[in-house]
Amino acid sequence: MSNLILNRRRLLGLGAVSASSLVLAGCDQFDFLGQRDHPARDFLEQANELTYRVQRAIIGDTVLAREYAETEIRQGQRPNGSIDPAETNSEYAALRASNFANYRLKVTGLVEQEKSYSLAELMNMPNRTQITRHDCVEGWSCIAKWSGTPLGPLLNASRLKPGAKYIVFHCYDAMGGGLSAPEPYYTSCDRIDAYHPQTILAYGLNNAALPVANGAPIRVRIERTLGYKQPKYVHTIEAVDNFTSTGRGKGGYWEDHGYDWYGGI
Amino acid sequence: MASTRDQTRLIYRQSIFTRLTHWVWAVALFFLLLSGLQVWNAHPALYIGQQSGFEFDNAILQIGAENTLAGPRGYTTVFGNKFDTTGLLGMSGSATQPDYVGFPGWATIPSYRDLGTGRVVHFFFAWVLVAALAVWLVASLFNRHLWRDIILKPRDLRDLPRDIADHIRFRFHHRRAYSPLQKLAYFVVFIILFPLIILTGLTMSPGMDAAWPWLLDLFGGRQTARTLHFVAMMGLTLFFVVHVIMAVLAGPINELRSMITGYYRVGPDAAPEDVK
Repeated sequence: MSNLILNRRRLLGLGAVSASSLVLAGCDQFDFLGQRDHPARDFLEQANELTYRVQRAIIGDTVLAREYAETEIRQGQRPNGSIDPAETNSEYAALRASNFANYRLKVTGLVEQEKSYSLAELMNMPNRTQITRHDCVEGWSCIAKWSGTPLGPLLNASRLKPGAKYIVFHCYDAMGGGLSAPEPYYTSCDRIDAYHPQTILAYGLNNAALPVANGAPIRVRIERTLGYKQPKYVHTIEAVDNFTSTGRGKGGYWEDHGYDWYGGI
Repeated sequence: MASTRDQTRLIYRQSIFTRLTHWVWAVALFFLLLSGLQVWNAHPALYIGQQSGFEFDNAILQIGAENTLAGPRGYTTVFGNKFDTTGLLGMSGSATQPDYVGFPGWATIPSYRDLGTGRVVHFFFAWVLVAALAVWLVASLFNRHLWRDIILKPRDLRDLPRDIADHIRFRFHHRRAYSPLQKLAYFVVFIILFPLIILTGLTMSPGMDAAWPWLLDLFGGRQTARTLHFVAMMGLTLFFVVHVIMAVLAGPINELRSMITGYYRVGPDAAPEDVK
Protein backbone atom coordinates (compact mmCIF):
# COMPACT_ATOMS: atom_id res chain seq x y z
CA MET A 1 0.00 0.00 0.00
CA SER A 2 2.74 2.46 0.98
CA ASN A 3 4.60 1.54 -2.19
CA LEU A 4 1.55 2.33 -4.22
CA ILE A 5 1.13 5.69 -2.49
CA LEU A 6 4.77 6.57 -3.05
CA ASN A 7 4.47 5.73 -6.72
CA ARG A 8 1.36 7.75 -7.01
CA ARG A 9 3.04 10.65 -5.22
CA ARG A 10 6.01 10.45 -7.54
CA LEU A 11 3.69 10.40 -10.51
CA LEU A 12 1.75 13.40 -9.29
CA GLY A 13 4.98 15.23 -8.51
CA LEU A 14 6.31 14.57 -12.00
CA GLY A 15 3.08 15.81 -13.48
CA ALA A 16 3.23 19.01 -11.47
CA VAL A 17 6.87 19.62 -12.42
CA SER A 18 6.26 19.09 -16.12
CA ALA A 19 3.16 21.30 -16.02
CA SER A 20 5.01 24.14 -14.35
CA SER A 21 7.95 23.87 -16.77
CA LEU A 22 5.44 24.30 -19.59
CA VAL A 23 4.39 27.61 -18.09
CA LEU A 24 7.84 28.80 -17.08
CA ALA A 25 9.41 28.13 -20.47
CA GLY A 26 7.26 30.81 -22.00
CA CYS A 27 4.98 30.50 -24.93
CA ASP A 28 7.27 30.53 -27.93
CA GLN A 29 6.81 26.74 -27.88
CA PHE A 30 3.33 27.36 -29.28
CA ASP A 31 4.64 29.55 -32.11
CA PHE A 32 4.17 26.63 -34.52
CA LEU A 33 0.46 27.46 -34.40
CA GLY A 34 1.35 30.54 -36.42
CA GLN A 35 2.45 28.35 -39.37
CA ARG A 36 -0.40 28.62 -41.83
CA ASP A 37 -0.22 25.00 -43.04
CA HIS A 38 0.56 23.26 -39.73
CA PRO A 39 -1.84 20.33 -39.08
CA ALA A 40 -2.49 21.54 -35.51
CA ARG A 41 -3.50 24.94 -36.85
CA ASP A 42 -5.74 23.33 -39.46
CA PHE A 43 -7.43 21.48 -36.61
CA LEU A 44 -7.93 24.61 -34.51
CA GLU A 45 -9.26 26.50 -37.56
CA GLN A 46 -12.20 24.09 -37.75
CA ALA A 47 -13.64 26.07 -34.83
CA ASN A 48 -14.06 29.01 -37.24
CA GLU A 49 -16.25 26.87 -39.50
CA LEU A 50 -18.28 25.84 -36.43
CA THR A 51 -18.69 29.49 -35.42
CA TYR A 52 -19.88 30.38 -38.93
CA ARG A 53 -22.45 27.57 -39.05
CA VAL A 54 -23.74 28.20 -35.53
CA GLN A 55 -24.04 31.96 -36.07
CA ARG A 56 -25.83 31.41 -39.38
CA ALA A 57 -28.26 29.12 -37.53
CA ILE A 58 -28.82 31.57 -34.65
CA ILE A 59 -28.90 34.86 -36.55
CA GLY A 60 -31.86 35.41 -38.83
CA ASP A 61 -30.70 36.02 -42.41
CA THR A 62 -32.26 39.49 -42.57
CA VAL A 63 -31.88 40.51 -38.90
CA LEU A 64 -30.41 44.02 -38.78
CA ALA A 65 -27.32 45.20 -36.98
CA ARG A 66 -28.14 47.88 -34.40
CA GLU A 67 -28.63 51.35 -35.81
CA TYR A 68 -27.77 54.30 -33.60
CA ALA A 69 -29.07 57.83 -33.09
CA GLU A 70 -27.42 60.91 -34.63
CA THR A 71 -26.20 61.87 -31.15
CA GLU A 72 -24.04 58.73 -31.07
CA ILE A 73 -21.87 60.12 -33.91
CA ARG A 74 -19.23 61.68 -31.70
CA GLN A 75 -16.19 61.59 -33.99
CA GLY A 76 -15.04 61.05 -37.56
CA GLN A 77 -14.80 57.52 -38.91
CA ARG A 78 -11.33 56.29 -38.03
CA PRO A 79 -9.47 55.20 -41.19
CA ASN A 80 -7.43 52.00 -41.00
CA GLY A 81 -5.48 49.80 -43.42
CA SER A 82 -4.98 51.51 -46.78
CA ILE A 83 -5.71 55.22 -46.67
CA ASP A 84 -4.53 56.27 -50.15
CA PRO A 85 -4.36 53.73 -53.02
CA ALA A 86 -3.05 56.47 -55.34
CA GLU A 87 0.42 55.92 -53.83
CA THR A 88 0.68 52.50 -55.47
CA ASN A 89 -2.02 52.51 -58.15
CA SER A 90 -1.79 55.02 -61.02
CA GLU A 91 -5.21 54.00 -62.38
CA TYR A 92 -6.75 54.97 -59.06
CA ALA A 93 -4.72 58.17 -58.97
CA ALA A 94 -6.15 59.17 -62.38
CA LEU A 95 -9.71 58.36 -61.31
CA ARG A 96 -9.28 60.36 -58.17
CA ALA A 97 -7.84 63.32 -60.09
CA SER A 98 -11.08 63.47 -62.11
CA ASN A 99 -13.18 63.11 -58.95
CA PHE A 100 -14.14 59.57 -60.02
CA ALA A 101 -16.04 60.83 -63.09
CA ASN A 102 -14.61 57.89 -65.11
CA TYR A 103 -15.08 55.30 -62.34
CA ARG A 104 -16.97 52.13 -63.32
CA LEU A 105 -18.10 49.47 -60.86
CA LYS A 106 -18.14 46.13 -62.67
CA VAL A 107 -20.37 43.15 -61.82
CA THR A 108 -18.86 39.97 -63.28
CA GLY A 109 -18.35 36.24 -62.72
CA LEU A 110 -21.18 33.74 -62.43
CA VAL A 111 -23.90 36.14 -63.63
CA GLU A 112 -26.22 35.96 -66.60
CA GLN A 113 -25.41 39.54 -67.59
CA GLU A 114 -22.24 41.44 -66.77
CA LYS A 115 -22.84 45.08 -66.02
CA SER A 116 -20.95 48.18 -65.00
CA TYR A 117 -22.07 51.35 -63.27
CA SER A 118 -20.73 54.87 -63.00
CA LEU A 119 -20.69 56.57 -59.61
CA ALA A 120 -23.52 58.88 -60.78
CA GLU A 121 -25.63 55.86 -61.73
CA LEU A 122 -25.06 54.26 -58.34
CA MET A 123 -26.01 57.49 -56.60
CA ASN A 124 -29.26 57.62 -58.58
CA MET A 125 -30.28 54.16 -57.39
CA PRO A 126 -32.40 53.62 -54.26
CA ASN A 127 -30.55 54.95 -51.23
CA ARG A 128 -30.17 53.51 -47.77
CA THR A 129 -28.64 55.53 -44.95
CA GLN A 130 -27.72 53.90 -41.65
CA ILE A 131 -25.90 54.91 -38.49
CA THR A 132 -23.97 51.84 -37.46
CA ARG A 133 -21.04 50.73 -35.36
CA HIS A 134 -17.87 49.77 -37.17
CA ASP A 135 -15.99 47.04 -35.28
CA CYS A 136 -12.35 46.58 -36.20
CA VAL A 137 -10.73 43.17 -35.76
CA GLU A 138 -8.15 44.97 -33.63
CA GLY A 139 -10.83 45.57 -31.02
CA TRP A 140 -11.94 49.19 -31.39
CA SER A 141 -15.36 50.50 -32.47
CA CYS A 142 -16.51 53.70 -34.17
CA ILE A 143 -20.07 54.89 -34.93
CA ALA A 144 -20.75 56.66 -38.23
CA LYS A 145 -23.50 57.36 -40.76
CA TRP A 146 -23.12 55.45 -44.00
CA SER A 147 -25.08 56.21 -47.15
CA GLY A 148 -25.24 54.09 -50.29
CA THR A 149 -27.28 51.79 -52.49
CA PRO A 150 -28.17 48.23 -51.46
CA LEU A 151 -26.09 45.51 -53.12
CA GLY A 152 -28.90 42.98 -53.54
CA PRO A 153 -30.75 44.74 -56.39
CA LEU A 154 -27.48 45.13 -58.32
CA LEU A 155 -26.86 41.39 -58.07
CA ASN A 156 -30.44 40.75 -59.19
CA ALA A 157 -29.97 43.07 -62.18
CA SER A 158 -27.10 40.85 -63.31
CA ARG A 159 -28.98 37.65 -62.30
CA LEU A 160 -26.68 35.38 -60.27
CA LYS A 161 -26.21 31.90 -61.70
CA PRO A 162 -27.24 29.03 -59.39
CA GLY A 163 -23.59 28.11 -58.70
CA ALA A 164 -22.75 31.59 -57.41
CA LYS A 165 -22.18 30.83 -53.74
CA TYR A 166 -19.97 33.77 -52.87
CA ILE A 167 -19.51 37.40 -53.82
CA VAL A 168 -15.90 38.60 -54.13
CA PHE A 169 -15.02 42.30 -53.89
CA HIS A 170 -11.88 43.40 -55.73
CA CYS A 171 -10.24 46.67 -54.64
CA TYR A 172 -7.82 49.28 -55.97
CA ASP A 173 -5.61 49.26 -52.88
CA ALA A 174 -2.76 46.83 -52.23
CA MET A 175 -1.47 45.58 -48.92
CA GLY A 176 1.91 44.32 -47.80
CA GLY A 177 4.94 45.43 -49.72
CA GLY A 178 8.33 45.71 -48.09
CA LEU A 179 10.08 42.41 -48.74
CA SER A 180 7.07 40.80 -50.41
CA ALA A 181 5.26 42.13 -53.46
CA PRO A 182 2.14 44.16 -52.66
CA GLU A 183 -1.05 42.10 -52.87
CA PRO A 184 -4.31 43.63 -54.13
CA TYR A 185 -6.92 43.86 -51.38
CA TYR A 186 -9.98 41.70 -51.78
CA THR A 187 -12.51 39.97 -49.58
CA SER A 188 -15.76 38.08 -49.98
CA CYS A 189 -19.05 37.15 -48.36
CA ASP A 190 -21.78 34.57 -48.76
CA ARG A 191 -25.11 35.29 -50.48
CA ILE A 192 -26.82 35.88 -47.14
CA ASP A 193 -24.56 38.79 -46.27
CA ALA A 194 -24.59 40.02 -49.88
CA TYR A 195 -28.41 40.25 -49.87
CA HIS A 196 -28.66 41.56 -46.28
CA PRO A 197 -30.79 44.75 -46.21
CA GLN A 198 -27.97 46.75 -44.60
CA THR A 199 -25.35 45.62 -47.11
CA ILE A 200 -24.80 48.76 -49.16
CA LEU A 201 -22.31 50.14 -51.63
CA ALA A 202 -21.53 53.25 -49.60
CA TYR A 203 -20.57 56.53 -51.28
CA GLY A 204 -21.45 58.84 -48.36
CA LEU A 205 -20.08 59.12 -44.84
CA ASN A 206 -21.44 61.39 -42.11
CA ASN A 207 -23.43 63.58 -44.57
CA ALA A 208 -20.49 64.12 -46.94
CA ALA A 209 -18.94 62.33 -49.91
CA LEU A 210 -16.98 59.26 -48.82
CA PRO A 211 -13.38 60.45 -48.21
CA VAL A 212 -10.45 58.69 -49.86
CA ALA A 213 -9.13 57.54 -46.48
CA ASN A 214 -12.43 55.71 -45.89
CA GLY A 215 -12.66 54.04 -49.30
CA ALA A 216 -13.80 56.47 -52.01
CA PRO A 217 -15.55 56.13 -54.32
CA ILE A 218 -17.26 52.93 -53.05
CA ARG A 219 -16.92 51.04 -49.81
CA VAL A 220 -19.03 47.96 -49.11
CA ARG A 221 -20.76 47.95 -45.73
CA ILE A 222 -21.56 44.49 -44.37
CA GLU A 223 -22.73 45.56 -40.96
CA ARG A 224 -22.77 42.22 -39.16
CA THR A 225 -19.08 41.61 -39.78
CA LEU A 226 -15.74 43.10 -38.74
CA GLY A 227 -14.06 45.90 -40.67
CA TYR A 228 -11.77 43.71 -42.79
CA LYS A 229 -14.90 42.15 -44.34
CA GLN A 230 -16.06 45.61 -45.51
CA PRO A 231 -13.72 46.44 -48.40
CA LYS A 232 -12.79 49.96 -49.50
CA TYR A 233 -11.96 51.23 -53.03
CA VAL A 234 -14.06 48.47 -54.68
CA HIS A 235 -13.88 48.31 -58.50
CA THR A 236 -15.25 44.83 -59.27
CA ILE A 237 -17.91 42.61 -57.77
CA GLU A 238 -17.46 39.01 -58.84
CA ALA A 239 -19.83 36.10 -58.25
CA VAL A 240 -17.94 32.81 -57.75
CA ASP A 241 -18.48 29.25 -56.60
CA ASN A 242 -15.06 28.96 -54.92
CA PHE A 243 -12.01 31.08 -54.10
CA THR A 244 -9.22 29.17 -55.86
CA SER A 245 -8.75 31.68 -58.67
CA THR A 246 -8.13 34.76 -56.52
CA GLY A 247 -5.16 35.61 -54.32
CA ARG A 248 -4.00 32.63 -52.30
CA GLY A 249 -7.42 31.04 -52.38
CA LYS A 250 -8.81 31.80 -48.92
CA GLY A 251 -11.38 34.37 -50.03
CA GLY A 252 -9.62 37.58 -49.04
CA TYR A 253 -6.36 39.38 -48.37
CA TRP A 254 -6.54 38.99 -44.58
CA GLU A 255 -8.07 35.55 -44.97
CA ASP A 256 -4.98 34.60 -47.02
CA HIS A 257 -2.94 35.82 -44.06
CA GLY A 258 -4.50 33.66 -41.39
CA TYR A 259 -7.70 35.51 -40.49
CA ASP A 260 -11.05 33.74 -40.43
CA TRP A 261 -13.19 34.08 -43.54
CA TYR A 262 -16.56 34.62 -41.83
CA GLY A 263 -15.48 37.62 -39.78
CA GLY A 264 -18.73 37.91 -37.82
CA ILE A 265 -16.92 37.46 -34.52
CA MET B 1 2.51 9.08 10.65
CA ALA B 2 0.83 5.69 10.74
CA SER B 3 -1.25 6.68 13.73
CA THR B 4 -2.61 9.83 12.09
CA ARG B 5 -3.34 7.93 8.91
CA ASP B 6 -5.38 5.47 10.96
CA GLN B 7 -7.69 8.30 11.91
CA THR B 8 -8.20 9.37 8.31
CA ARG B 9 -9.92 7.66 5.43
CA LEU B 10 -10.26 8.03 1.70
CA ILE B 11 -13.67 9.00 0.46
CA TYR B 12 -14.96 9.38 -3.10
CA ARG B 13 -15.36 13.13 -3.45
CA GLN B 14 -15.14 14.24 -7.10
CA SER B 15 -17.20 12.70 -9.88
CA ILE B 16 -15.65 11.86 -13.23
CA PHE B 17 -17.44 14.85 -14.77
CA THR B 18 -16.02 17.27 -12.21
CA ARG B 19 -12.52 15.88 -12.69
CA LEU B 20 -12.61 15.78 -16.49
CA THR B 21 -14.02 19.27 -16.92
CA HIS B 22 -11.56 20.60 -14.33
CA TRP B 23 -8.55 19.57 -16.41
CA VAL B 24 -10.17 20.53 -19.71
CA TRP B 25 -10.73 24.01 -18.28
CA ALA B 26 -7.17 24.14 -16.93
CA VAL B 27 -5.84 23.63 -20.48
CA ALA B 28 -8.50 25.80 -22.18
CA LEU B 29 -8.08 28.74 -19.81
CA PHE B 30 -4.30 28.61 -20.23
CA PHE B 31 -4.65 28.98 -24.00
CA LEU B 32 -7.53 31.46 -23.72
CA LEU B 33 -5.53 33.75 -21.44
CA LEU B 34 -2.38 33.78 -23.56
CA SER B 35 -4.15 34.01 -26.93
CA GLY B 36 -6.49 36.62 -25.42
CA LEU B 37 -3.55 38.82 -24.47
CA GLN B 38 -2.31 38.43 -28.06
CA VAL B 39 -5.70 39.58 -29.39
CA TRP B 40 -5.81 42.44 -26.90
CA ASN B 41 -2.32 43.62 -27.90
CA ALA B 42 -3.76 44.56 -31.33
CA HIS B 43 -5.40 47.52 -29.59
CA PRO B 44 -4.09 47.81 -26.03
CA ALA B 45 -6.75 50.10 -24.60
CA LEU B 46 -10.07 49.72 -22.78
CA TYR B 47 -13.09 52.01 -23.07
CA ILE B 48 -16.52 52.59 -21.53
CA GLY B 49 -19.46 52.85 -23.93
CA GLN B 50 -20.50 51.78 -27.42
CA GLN B 51 -17.40 52.98 -29.22
CA SER B 52 -13.71 53.81 -28.73
CA GLY B 53 -12.99 57.49 -28.24
CA PHE B 54 -10.39 58.74 -30.69
CA GLU B 55 -11.65 62.33 -30.73
CA PHE B 56 -13.04 62.20 -27.19
CA ASP B 57 -11.83 60.42 -24.09
CA ASN B 58 -13.66 57.39 -22.73
CA ALA B 59 -10.58 55.22 -22.17
CA ILE B 60 -9.96 53.80 -18.70
CA LEU B 61 -6.80 51.88 -19.56
CA GLN B 62 -4.15 52.50 -22.18
CA ILE B 63 -0.79 50.85 -22.72
CA GLY B 64 1.82 52.32 -25.04
CA ALA B 65 5.40 53.45 -25.51
CA GLU B 66 6.79 56.97 -25.75
CA ASN B 67 10.12 58.55 -26.54
CA THR B 68 11.67 60.37 -23.61
CA LEU B 69 15.00 62.15 -23.11
CA ALA B 70 16.22 58.89 -21.55
CA GLY B 71 15.08 56.86 -24.59
CA PRO B 72 11.82 55.00 -25.21
CA ARG B 73 9.76 53.93 -22.19
CA GLY B 74 6.65 51.80 -21.74
CA TYR B 75 3.65 53.42 -20.08
CA THR B 76 0.36 52.23 -18.65
CA THR B 77 -2.41 54.74 -17.95
CA VAL B 78 -5.17 53.58 -15.60
CA PHE B 79 -8.08 55.95 -14.88
CA GLY B 80 -5.87 58.89 -15.85
CA ASN B 81 -2.92 57.84 -13.69
CA LYS B 82 0.20 57.18 -15.74
CA PHE B 83 2.72 54.57 -14.63
CA ASP B 84 6.12 53.70 -16.09
CA THR B 85 5.84 49.97 -16.83
CA THR B 86 8.97 49.55 -18.96
CA GLY B 87 10.05 45.91 -19.05
CA LEU B 88 6.54 44.54 -18.59
CA LEU B 89 3.81 46.60 -20.30
CA GLY B 90 4.21 48.80 -23.36
CA MET B 91 7.88 48.05 -23.80
CA SER B 92 9.56 44.73 -23.07
CA GLY B 93 12.15 42.40 -24.54
CA SER B 94 15.89 42.95 -24.26
CA ALA B 95 17.73 46.29 -24.20
CA THR B 96 19.17 45.66 -27.67
CA GLN B 97 15.92 44.33 -29.13
CA PRO B 98 13.00 46.01 -27.39
CA ASP B 99 9.43 44.99 -28.21
CA TYR B 100 6.85 47.76 -28.23
CA VAL B 101 3.79 45.69 -27.33
CA GLY B 102 1.11 45.82 -24.64
CA PHE B 103 1.73 42.50 -22.91
CA PRO B 104 5.20 40.97 -23.39
CA GLY B 105 5.88 38.06 -25.77
CA TRP B 106 6.27 35.53 -22.97
CA ALA B 107 2.64 36.14 -22.00
CA THR B 108 1.12 35.72 -25.48
CA ILE B 109 0.46 32.97 -28.02
CA PRO B 110 2.17 33.27 -30.43
CA SER B 111 5.10 35.03 -28.72
CA TYR B 112 5.35 37.45 -31.68
CA ARG B 113 2.55 39.69 -32.92
CA ASP B 114 0.02 37.65 -34.87
CA LEU B 115 -3.58 38.67 -34.31
CA GLY B 116 -4.93 36.16 -36.85
CA THR B 117 -3.35 33.19 -35.06
CA GLY B 118 -4.34 34.56 -31.66
CA ARG B 119 -7.96 34.64 -32.83
CA VAL B 120 -7.78 31.06 -34.18
CA VAL B 121 -6.45 29.76 -30.86
CA HIS B 122 -8.82 31.92 -28.78
CA PHE B 123 -12.02 30.90 -30.58
CA PHE B 124 -11.09 27.20 -30.59
CA PHE B 125 -10.59 27.12 -26.84
CA ALA B 126 -13.63 29.32 -26.29
CA TRP B 127 -15.68 26.49 -27.82
CA VAL B 128 -13.83 24.00 -25.59
CA LEU B 129 -14.63 26.11 -22.51
CA VAL B 130 -18.31 26.35 -23.40
CA ALA B 131 -18.60 22.65 -24.31
CA ALA B 132 -17.02 21.64 -20.98
CA LEU B 133 -19.33 24.03 -19.16
CA ALA B 134 -22.37 22.43 -20.82
CA VAL B 135 -21.21 18.93 -19.81
CA TRP B 136 -20.41 20.09 -16.29
CA LEU B 137 -23.72 21.90 -15.89
CA VAL B 138 -25.82 18.89 -16.91
CA ALA B 139 -23.77 16.49 -14.76
CA SER B 140 -23.68 18.84 -11.78
CA LEU B 141 -27.43 19.32 -11.87
CA PHE B 142 -27.97 15.55 -11.84
CA ASN B 143 -25.31 14.59 -9.27
CA ARG B 144 -26.15 17.61 -7.09
CA HIS B 145 -22.57 18.96 -7.23
CA LEU B 146 -23.96 22.35 -8.21
CA TRP B 147 -26.48 22.55 -5.37
CA ARG B 148 -24.33 20.88 -2.71
CA ASP B 149 -20.93 22.47 -3.41
CA ILE B 150 -21.37 25.64 -5.47
CA ILE B 151 -24.60 27.39 -4.54
CA LEU B 152 -24.13 29.49 -1.40
CA LYS B 153 -26.72 28.88 1.32
CA PRO B 154 -27.59 31.09 4.31
CA ARG B 155 -25.67 28.70 6.52
CA ASP B 156 -22.49 29.22 4.46
CA LEU B 157 -22.77 32.97 4.89
CA ARG B 158 -23.29 32.53 8.62
CA ASP B 159 -20.17 30.33 8.88
CA LEU B 160 -18.12 32.58 6.62
CA PRO B 161 -16.45 34.73 9.34
CA ARG B 162 -15.24 31.66 11.23
CA ASP B 163 -13.96 30.09 8.01
CA ILE B 164 -12.04 33.27 7.18
CA ALA B 165 -10.53 33.23 10.68
CA ASP B 166 -9.52 29.59 10.17
CA HIS B 167 -7.93 30.33 6.80
CA ILE B 168 -5.95 33.25 8.25
CA ARG B 169 -4.50 30.82 10.80
CA PHE B 170 -3.91 28.23 8.06
CA ARG B 171 -6.32 25.86 9.78
CA PHE B 172 -7.79 23.84 6.93
CA HIS B 173 -10.51 21.29 7.58
CA HIS B 174 -10.46 18.21 5.40
CA ARG B 175 -14.07 17.21 5.08
CA ARG B 176 -16.37 15.98 2.39
CA ALA B 177 -18.18 19.30 2.26
CA TYR B 178 -16.62 22.45 0.83
CA SER B 179 -15.90 25.21 3.32
CA PRO B 180 -17.84 28.50 2.93
CA LEU B 181 -14.84 30.27 1.40
CA GLN B 182 -14.36 27.43 -1.08
CA LYS B 183 -18.01 27.60 -2.04
CA LEU B 184 -17.78 31.36 -2.39
CA ALA B 185 -14.76 31.05 -4.70
CA TYR B 186 -16.44 28.48 -6.96
CA PHE B 187 -19.73 30.37 -6.81
CA VAL B 188 -17.97 33.48 -8.13
CA VAL B 189 -16.28 31.48 -10.90
CA PHE B 190 -19.31 29.48 -12.08
CA ILE B 191 -22.19 31.85 -11.42
CA ILE B 192 -20.47 35.19 -12.11
CA LEU B 193 -17.14 35.00 -13.98
CA PHE B 194 -17.84 32.20 -16.49
CA PRO B 195 -21.21 33.63 -17.63
CA LEU B 196 -19.73 37.13 -17.66
CA ILE B 197 -16.69 36.24 -19.74
CA ILE B 198 -18.75 34.17 -22.22
CA LEU B 199 -21.49 36.77 -22.69
CA THR B 200 -19.09 39.72 -22.93
CA GLY B 201 -17.09 37.70 -25.47
CA LEU B 202 -20.24 37.19 -27.53
CA THR B 203 -21.05 40.92 -27.25
CA MET B 204 -17.83 41.66 -29.13
CA SER B 205 -19.19 39.68 -32.11
CA PRO B 206 -21.05 41.99 -34.52
CA GLY B 207 -23.00 38.94 -35.70
CA MET B 208 -24.20 38.08 -32.19
CA ASP B 209 -25.07 41.73 -31.52
CA ALA B 210 -27.50 41.54 -34.44
CA ALA B 211 -29.00 38.26 -33.17
CA TRP B 212 -29.12 39.25 -29.50
CA PRO B 213 -29.14 43.06 -29.31
CA TRP B 214 -29.98 42.83 -25.59
CA LEU B 215 -26.32 41.93 -25.08
CA LEU B 216 -25.39 45.52 -25.94
CA ASP B 217 -27.97 46.88 -23.49
CA LEU B 218 -27.03 44.42 -20.75
CA PHE B 219 -23.39 45.49 -20.73
CA GLY B 220 -23.79 49.10 -21.83
CA GLY B 221 -22.15 48.84 -25.23
CA ARG B 222 -19.59 46.77 -27.09
CA GLN B 223 -16.59 48.59 -25.68
CA THR B 224 -17.84 48.28 -22.10
CA ALA B 225 -18.35 44.57 -22.78
CA ARG B 226 -14.76 44.35 -24.00
CA THR B 227 -13.62 46.05 -20.77
CA LEU B 228 -15.72 43.66 -18.65
CA HIS B 229 -14.26 40.72 -20.61
CA PHE B 230 -10.82 41.96 -19.53
CA VAL B 231 -11.97 42.41 -15.91
CA ALA B 232 -13.43 38.88 -15.88
CA MET B 233 -10.08 37.63 -17.22
CA MET B 234 -8.31 39.31 -14.31
CA GLY B 235 -10.82 37.74 -11.92
CA LEU B 236 -10.21 34.25 -13.32
CA THR B 237 -6.45 34.80 -13.24
CA LEU B 238 -6.67 35.87 -9.59
CA PHE B 239 -8.80 32.80 -8.88
CA PHE B 240 -6.18 30.57 -10.55
CA VAL B 241 -3.37 32.00 -8.39
CA VAL B 242 -5.36 31.65 -5.15
CA HIS B 243 -6.63 28.22 -6.21
CA VAL B 244 -3.11 26.86 -6.72
CA ILE B 245 -1.77 28.45 -3.51
CA MET B 246 -4.66 26.99 -1.53
CA ALA B 247 -4.16 23.53 -3.07
CA VAL B 248 -0.49 23.65 -2.08
CA LEU B 249 -1.21 24.89 1.45
CA ALA B 250 -4.05 22.41 2.01
CA GLY B 251 -1.93 19.46 0.90
CA PRO B 252 -1.14 19.16 -2.79
CA ILE B 253 -1.03 15.35 -2.86
CA ASN B 254 -4.49 14.98 -1.35
CA GLU B 255 -5.97 17.77 -3.45
CA LEU B 256 -4.42 16.51 -6.69
CA ARG B 257 -5.43 12.93 -5.94
CA SER B 258 -9.02 13.96 -5.44
CA MET B 259 -9.02 15.82 -8.75
CA ILE B 260 -7.41 12.89 -10.61
CA THR B 261 -8.78 9.73 -8.99
CA GLY B 262 -11.74 11.30 -7.22
CA TYR B 263 -10.58 10.05 -3.79
CA TYR B 264 -9.91 12.55 -1.03
CA ARG B 265 -8.48 11.88 2.40
CA VAL B 266 -10.67 13.28 5.11
CA GLY B 267 -9.31 13.22 8.58
CA PRO B 268 -9.21 14.51 12.09
CA ASP B 269 -9.06 18.26 11.83
CA ALA B 270 -5.67 19.81 12.42
CA ALA B 271 -3.80 16.54 12.10
CA PRO B 272 -0.16 17.53 11.52
CA GLU B 273 -0.07 15.88 8.11
CA ASP B 274 -3.17 17.65 6.89
CA VAL B 275 -2.32 21.12 8.09
CA LYS B 276 0.76 22.17 6.22
